[in-house]
This record gives sequence, structure tokens and C-alpha cells, in this order.
Amino acid sequence: MTTPTKMLDVENVSLRFGGVKALTDISFHVNENEIFSLIGPNGAGKTSMLNCISGRYRPQEGSITYDGQDLLKRSINDRAAIGIGRTFQNLALFGHMSVIDNILVGQHHLLKNNFLTGMFYWVGGAQKEEEAARADIEDIIDFLEIQHVRNEPAGSLSYGLRKRVELARAIAIKPKMILLDEPMAGMNLEEKEDMARYIIELNEQYGITVVMIEHDMGVVVDISHRVAVLDFGQKIAEGLPEDVIEDEQVKVAYLGVDDFDLDEEEAV
Amino acid sequence: MGHVPNPRPAGDFRTSYVDDNRMFKTHFEKYAALGILVAVMIAAPFLGNYWVSQLIVIGIYAIAAIGLNILVGTTGQISLGHGAFFGFGAFASAWLATSFNVPTLISMPAAALLTTAVGMIFGVPAARIKGLYLAIATLASQFILEDFFARADWFSGGVYGALADRPDIFGYVLDTDLSYFYLVLFWLVLSVIGVTNLLRSRDGRALVAVRDHYLSAEVMGVNLTKYRILSFGISSFFAGLAGALFGHYLEYVSVEGFTILLSIQFLAMIIIGGLGSVYGSILGAAFILLLPQLMESITSVMAVAFPAMESGKAYVKQMSIGAAIILFLIFEPEGLVHRWQQIRASWKLFPFSR
Repeated sequence: MTTPTKMLDVENVSLRFGGVKALTDISFHVNENEIFSLIGPNGAGKTSMLNCISGRYRPQEGSITYDGQDLLKRSINDRAAIGIGRTFQNLALFGHMSVIDNILVGQHHLLKNNFLTGMFYWVGGAQKEEEAARADIEDIIDFLEIQHVRNEPAGSLSYGLRKRVELARAIAIKPKMILLDEPMAGMNLEEKEDMARYIIELNEQYGITVVMIEHDMGVVVDISHRVAVLDFGQKIAEGLPEDVIEDEQVKVAYLGVDDFDLDEEEAV
Repeated sequence: MGHVPNPRPAGDFRTSYVDDNRMFKTHFEKYAALGILVAVMIAAPFLGNYWVSQLIVIGIYAIAAIGLNILVGTTGQISLGHGAFFGFGAFASAWLATSFNVPTLISMPAAALLTTAVGMIFGVPAARIKGLYLAIATLASQFILEDFFARADWFSGGVYGALADRPDIFGYVLDTDLSYFYLVLFWLVLSVIGVTNLLRSRDGRALVAVRDHYLSAEVMGVNLTKYRILSFGISSFFAGLAGALFGHYLEYVSVEGFTILLSIQFLAMIIIGGLGSVYGSILGAAFILLLPQLMESITSVMAVAFPAMESGKAYVKQMSIGAAIILFLIFEPEGLVHRWQQIRASWKLFPFSR
């Protein structure tokens, strides 16, 4: 087996908010075309880590390299153009826009028409481009099975559907790497299964690298290729999912020693 | 925004993306808009001077309101300086026309471009602040510009004001209200088409995205600073254009006309008409201009029975606008346009609507 290329390389990242150390000396890497999960208890710094990658936070120390480029030098809105998409833990859709328009915003960096050519819709190619983009995102709509709500305002949808629309919007960026912050939080079993299927398909068919934060250990173990565990802003384990869940430190910090053993027996 | 059922009648299917992206959602909307436009154009010569002048002012205010609606309704920012930008357009056009002999028809859009530049400069704070703080920052632009109009003699004629000639087309001077009305109508139609198109293309979507969730808009690749300032620019363009039309209509531009009161009137227009709606801006402008006159006639009638009311006419006029804003905020915060959509939905669902 050839050594996989590193898509994302996080080295010695530390992030402080005043006196609070949110992240301490975190290093990990994500290989190309891999599903990588960040797990850990609440407040461990998982979302802070994701925010460092997507640019919302700027770590005081360390470096983040993506695809050979120094990511910390890039502005937030640049990240779409270099192929990083993300979804949010708390829904962050454009509530008053239709589902279609929400997804089209994801194509912002791919479209060329601006406010001038937009105003003269019919001349200058805006119409052509808009219609091509529309045809393009219909594939994403089909893939995520949200055809029936495509004209609804995003704010009026149910929770599970909104999560899917958010994923659709992130896919519309045409990313090489996608950051998913708790894509399955608050979903029922059926919705989780659907979402897991979409993530696997994203990874296998579209070849998108996935970095995911998730609390459902069943899903994490089943679909991720590698896992890193954070606790109190420090990385306590990294490796294959089946190894990580056997790690004593991880059990103590996150999974729970007795409960987990019990669950496992019951699950078998 | 409250959800209103799809207005298309049964059996009207869209079978292509072109169909789905049409400017008008239904055939009815299309024919109604064209019908009203044609009707107004044909009827104007028979309306008499009073109503034509009313239509001109409504049209001018509607253009300015459409501009403000891009800033407030679409991008979710706020400006208390729109009246001053309106004034800047008026002075700039008069200045270009008198000092540089620019033909008035050209000086009007040129003045709008100048106002765009000024608006973008005053919009720079919007890159960093929002909400109440932005309101105060734009209030500063109102006062700075007002002061500038009063002092910059070279530009505005200072306290004496500036003369603004009526435009002419190849020697034909638009010196009647009727001919000027068609000019205003031309710019209004162009503004409506331009803004409607903007809202269905990339940058229009980006503006709405900035309003609805700026954090995720940024992650989607939208440059927040650029679009916040751009929306100030676009909104000032229409303010400047409307101001220029206004100045050349009155043929005289004076400082007193562009106070904070005008800015607040513009805000009232878009709140009453419907935030984020192009047609709402027109309805709001008409409402704000016609309501005081309606109240005046009502008070006159009532004054027959209660003579004391005769002296209170002026107050009733002023109060009616304030009362209308409060009532709309309570009962129809989404404006006249939303009310109209609901009425249509109820027709469509009849007899199952309540």
C-alpha cells in the first residue's frame, strides 16, 4: 500500500481565549480521501479546532497546512475557493431564502456574474450562468433527496432536512475537504443512517475528504477511517477507531469505563 | 418572512430552469405589472396636473425606497442617512449641469454614480459595526452631508441653493409635468428591472446571505466587507438617481429639503411597503405620500361637524404617518406586499381559506 498523501496537517496548534486554553499543542493530520473523526466530551475543543481550520479562530501558536498551503494566511472567504466546505453544529442556513438559493450561495465562488451583469440579467451571460449553476445543483439535490422541499424557505424545514440542506450547500462549494460539525446531532436512527450513507458516498464517489465531529460512537466507529480524541483541549489519542475505543485514557475521559463495557455486551 | 403558499394556479407547471427563474412568478403577475404600466402611461395625459405631479413624486421616492430596501431589507443593514444621499444626488446633478454644462439627461445618472462613491465611503463603517451602532454611524453621514450642503458654496450654492434646469432631449425641453413624468417612469421601470434581476443573480443572493447568517455566508466564500459596502453603494446609487430627478423636477435644490425627517420617511416607506420587496417599495412610497393627503381630506370633512378640527389639520397629517408606522409594525410587520400575498393566497384557496 502506498503511503497516503496528507491533505491537512495540523501542527502544535494552541488556542487561548484570554486565560482559557481552549487547545493545547494539538497535532494531527488528515490523509487525502479519508473520513477523519474528532471526538471527545463537551467542551474538549473539537469545534474550536474546526473553527481554527475554517478560519473563524486564529490559533496563537502552531501551523495548519492544507494541500501544501499555509492555511492560517488565508482569509475565511478564501477557503471556499481552495476547496474547504463546512457545516455548522447549530444550523446556519439562510432562513428566508429558498433551499435552491441556499445551495446556490455555495456556488458563490464558482460563479462569475456580479452586481452589474446581474442587473442586466439577459445580456452579459448572467442568465446562462445562473441556469447552468441551477442544473448543477440539481444533482446535489437529487443526491441528498431533498427534491420535495427545493422551493421551500429553508427556515420552514424540519431539523433533519435543514441538516441535509446545509450539507448540500457545503457540497455545492465543490470542496476537496469538507468539515462536518456534528452532522447527526439530534437526529433519529433513520435520519442518522441516511446521513451516514451520504457521508460515505461523498467520500467514496465524490472523493471528498471528510473531517467530522460526532458524538454517536456507533457511527464514528462504523464510518471513519481514523479518529482523534480531544479532552480539555489536549489530544489524548489518535488512530484506527477500533484501537481508539479500546484506549484506557479515552474510556476514562469520554466513553465511560463501566457503562461502555455494559453497552458493548448489550449491543452484541 | 411568513410563509405564503405558492401563488401559481393549478396546472401552471414549470418544465425548465428558465421557467423557474422567470422575473414574474405567475402569468397573472406579469400581465398585471405590464397592464398597470401601460394603463398609467395611457392615463397620465388625462389625469390633470395635480395627479401627474403626485405620480412624479411617488415615482421618485419609489426609486429612492428601492435603493434603501437593498440596504435594509436585502442586506439587513440600516441607514439613517438615505435622505442626505438623496440630497447629494440632487446637488451633484445640478452642479454637473451648471458648472460643467453636462446635459441634464447625462448628469442625472452621473450624479447617481458620484453618490455611489460617497455612499460607499460612508458605508465603510458597516464593514465593522452593525445594528444600533451602524444606525448612529449613518446618522453621522446625514449630518456631515447636510453641513456640507450648507457650506460648500462651490458645490451646492450654500444657503442660496442651486438651480437645476429641466432636461431636454435633442432640443425638446421636458418642461411640462407630463413629459417629466415619462422620464421618471422610465428610470423607475429600469430600477425595478435592475433590482429584480440583481436579486435573482449571484450578488443578490450573497447580499441576502449576509443578512440571514453572515458567519456561514463568509464560509461559503462571500467577502463580507465587500458586500456590506457594495450594498451601501447600490443603495446610494438609487438615492442619488432619485435625488437628481427630484432636483430637476423642482428646478431648484435647497438644503432644507434633505433632513433626517426625509431619511426616516424613506425608512417608513420600506417598512410599510415590505422589507426586501421591490414592489413593496413602490407601494410604501405611494402610501406615505398619499396618506397625509387622505387624512387632510378626511379632517376637512370632519371639520364641518367639529370646527375645532380645522386648526389641527397639520397635526393630523403628521400624526397619521407615525400612527401608520406603529400600526404596521404591530399588525403587518412584513408590509403591504405580504398583506397582498395573503389576500391572493386566500382567493386561490377559496372556499377553504378563512
